[in-house]
Amino acid sequence: MNFYPIFWKEMLLIRKKPWRFLASSMVMPVLYFVTFGWGLGRGMNVGGGRYLDFVLPGILALSAMNNSFGPVSTSLNISKLYTKTIEEVLVSPVSHWDIALGRTLTGLARGLFSALTLLVVGFASGVHLHLSFSFLAVLGLTAFCFGAAGVAAAMVARSHEDMANFNSFFIVPMSFLAGTFFSPDRMPEPFKSLILVYPLTHASLVLRALAAGSGPSLSSVLVLTAYSLFFFYLAGMMVKKAA
Amino acid sequence: MITTSNLTKYFGALGAVQSVSFSVGKGEVFGLLGPNGAGKTTTIRMLTTLLAPSSGSASVGGYDVIADPLGVKRSIGVVPQTLNLDIDLTCAENLEYHGRLQRMKREDRTSRIEELLHFVGLREKKDMPVEHLSGGMRRRLLIARGLMHRPAVVFMDEPTVGLDPQARRMIWGLVESLKRNGITILITTHYIEEADALCDRVAIMRTGKIIALDRPVELKKSVGQFAVECLGRYDVPRQFFPARAEAIEAGRDLCTDVVVRDVTLEDVFISLTGERIEG
Ligand SMILES: Nc1ncnc2c1ncn2[C@@H]1O[C@H](COP(=O)(O)OP(=O)(O)O)[C@@H](O)[C@H]1O
Ligand SMILES: [Mg+2]
Repeated sequence: MNFYPIFWKEMLLIRKKPWRFLASSMVMPVLYFVTFGWGLGRGMNVGGGRYLDFVLPGILALSAMNNSFGPVSTSLNISKLYTKTIEEVLVSPVSHWDIALGRTLTGLARGLFSALTLLVVGFASGVHLHLSFSFLAVLGLTAFCFGAAGVAAAMVARSHEDMANFNSFFIVPMSFLAGTFFSPDRMPEPFKSLILVYPLTHASLVLRALAAGSGPSLSSVLVLTAYSLFFFYLAGMMVKKAA
Repeated sequence: MITTSNLTKYFGALGAVQSVSFSVGKGEVFGLLGPNGAGKTTTIRMLTTLLAPSSGSASVGGYDVIADPLGVKRSIGVVPQTLNLDIDLTCAENLEYHGRLQRMKREDRTSRIEELLHFVGLREKKDMPVEHLSGGMRRRLLIARGLMHRPAVVFMDEPTVGLDPQARRMIWGLVESLKRNGITILITTHYIEEADALCDRVAIMRTGKIIALDRPVELKKSVGQFAVECLGRYDVPRQFFPARAEAIEAGRDLCTDVVVRDVTLEDVFISLTGERIEG
């Protein structure tokens, strides 16, 4: 195991430009929160509760996804296609699993960090949310899952356009459909079943249940875990293919 | 330390490297000389496990590049043609990162960074981001990075490309002192004087094939000792002679502005292919 140097370097780069990092990880989630929470959702109720309380866990999941997948895939893609810095790692005694893990953990750290800052904003504006260790663990798992997906996507992409397409066809639809802003139950079939294919849907469902203080559905936890393992496996194999 | 046997790489129908065989002994400086597109980088990428060969085999430091890539990676230092340093990090941080990738101990990393920055003349730039370094300084840092973990075999892909003569000479000095320390070096270049000055043996490559392989002296001897050339007359082909007197004699009849000079490796390339290397 020699994944740490890879994680270490990415963290060093973040420490060099902390403000850029903060801004880039905060803009989207705060915009969503302001638009859908305060703007659209003020005074709105969902299933007997406030929409603001309903929507925050979803936006936290979204934020963990975006700030993991986006930076991980972009940075790896640039490293592979343009700066070629990945070749330094590929000629060093570091395995493909180490590379995948080092990069995925970067996503975990970034996704979790942005979700936590948003959580602070949420609490400051009076959102009711039952915070527990499980809640944070699931946020971490969500960030890990999409960090691994980001590694796999970047290794598959043969160009910047490929990367943009992953975003347009995979990430953006998921952002809007995967139970972030509404409950999947409200959707008619077959959309409802389709939405349940998205890993983000299960992250939102689990987080929402935990935030309300109730036990999450075991199947959603399992689906999210299975996706995480699958994406990580894919990430390792795609790195191996490139080496 | 390095052996290749019928090493071949096809990109689609393009034979970038075709049946290349050579071997490099311990402490030897071995050169691949050839014009752009000859297949030098592709050969290095196969030897450093970045590319899988289409056929043939190769081993580095006793490890097979296909069967035991990790063994190869443990034995080699790589100075690539592309400047793939992290420009947001400082010189020291770039080396620190490499030391960590190579699992070097903390104290060893710290002292090795000092030692290498001194070696490549970048001690004052230690904490400067690579972004602010000149091209020549970046090349030197890239060399330092390739040496960080004290590899026994070092691959250098066009380490002086695009540098001014002074910066180039400085890098030649570095290569010579590595050689004195018994390090095995495979270096590629399309600069004739570089191959001549640095290499114990040179393989001349063209369109994926090795067309000649020997010590520079022997390669030149095979053509003749002296070259006769007409100044400003590219239509008159160069002629080669074993003795100076003969060359001067022949030059008289050839044209008015004539030079008689020692044969170079470029003459070897021209006499083998009818083309020039640098263009
Ligand atoms: N990844 C690649 N895909 C397709 N063709 C390539 C690739 N890499 C190199 N080539 C081709 O292989 C030939 C040899 O290239 P290269 O090894 O870079 O030569 P050199 O380093 O001697 O300049 C060239 O014709 C080049 O265009
Ligand atoms: Mg090249």
